[in-house]
Amino acid sequence: MSEGSTRISDGSPTPTTPAERSWPLWEVFVRGKRGLSHVHVGSLHAPDAEMALRNGRDVYTRRQEGVSLWVVRADDITASSPDEKDSFFDPAADKIYRHPTFYDVPDDVEYL
Amino acid sequence: MASATYLLGLADDALIYAQRLGEWMTNAPQIEEDMALGNIALDLLGQARALYPHVGELDGTGRGEDDFAMLRYEREFRNVHLVEQERGDFAQEMARLLWFSAYQVELHRSLSGATDEVVRGVGQKAVKEVRYHLDHAQQWVVRLGDGTDESHRRMQAALDWVAPYVDELFDDDPVSVAAVREGSVGVHSPASLRPAVQHVVELTVSQATLTMPDPPAWRSRGGRDGIHSRPMGYLLAELQHIARSHPGATW
Repeated sequence: MSEGSTRISDGSPTPTTPAERSWPLWEVFVRGKRGLSHVHVGSLHAPDAEMALRNGRDVYTRRQEGVSLWVVRADDITASSPDEKDSFFDPAADKIYRHPTFYDVPDDVEYL
Repeated sequence: MASATYLLGLADDALIYAQRLGEWMTNAPQIEEDMALGNIALDLLGQARALYPHVGELDGTGRGEDDFAMLRYEREFRNVHLVEQERGDFAQEMARLLWFSAYQVELHRSLSGATDEVVRGVGQKAVKEVRYHLDHAQQWVVRLGDGTDESHRRMQAALDWVAPYVDELFDDDPVSVAAVREGSVGVHSPASLRPAVQHVVELTVSQATLTMPDPPAWRSRGGRDGIHSRPMGYLLAELQHIARSHPGATW
């Protein structure tokens, strides 16, 4: 792992409590009925992928939130580090020309 | 009317098992399993709530869900002994859930073909729910059976523990036979459901590298006649004491 990136969780190899000893952490993504993409809704513990799907169903879709579920081992997600926030994201802040806002849209243009 | 009495037994199975499963909240191995067993318990409670008022209609008493759930005494409950047994370890619960949900899949599949509209509705809704309950039990029985030495040993012991309570689910007692003959609650008597249920359980047990227990030396009986085992009174006390302490209270 490169120094700049950070893992979402330290997962199973470094247990913190007995309850987490053998159940790794999973991130859960749900696609809603009219949603186009899966959206991150939270995380849960499960012994393996199949049980993670079922736990995801029980914890995150019991009020009909979705029609499709993804689960991903939290350990398998490489995330940007808060320490890198400046170099990662600030350079975009003063480049307003990247937003398509410098022309007028005629009133009679539909579907824009 | 036999159909009403028969349906009351099915509703009582669902209510009493919902109460037992509810005891897992905050006691399951993980919070995720609290949720799973809580969801299953609520599905079962829903089955009971749909059936009770219909029983009250059929038997002409006009009783509602609270009359049935909260204001009957032990001898008036018609559930099998399987569902009233005290909560054991997690393996025992999965063994009980495996048998009960496999039974309920076949039961509700049968009720889905009932001519009684309410019964048919309950069956059609519940069959999807109980398939998930069965899946949950199967997932765990396989993982525990085919897991560590300790989990294998305890899962096998759990199958042995549950065995004496299984036969009662499939007894063709006079009431269920008469109800099926009346014809409005489906065409399958309890005994006729057994081969399919047995097949599902045996497949799971073999997949879990476990073995089906030898025929037990004794078996439970009497639940459908209101004769219950010791834990039932304690369960009802916990279930009913608020309703009985504050008659008619609402919120």
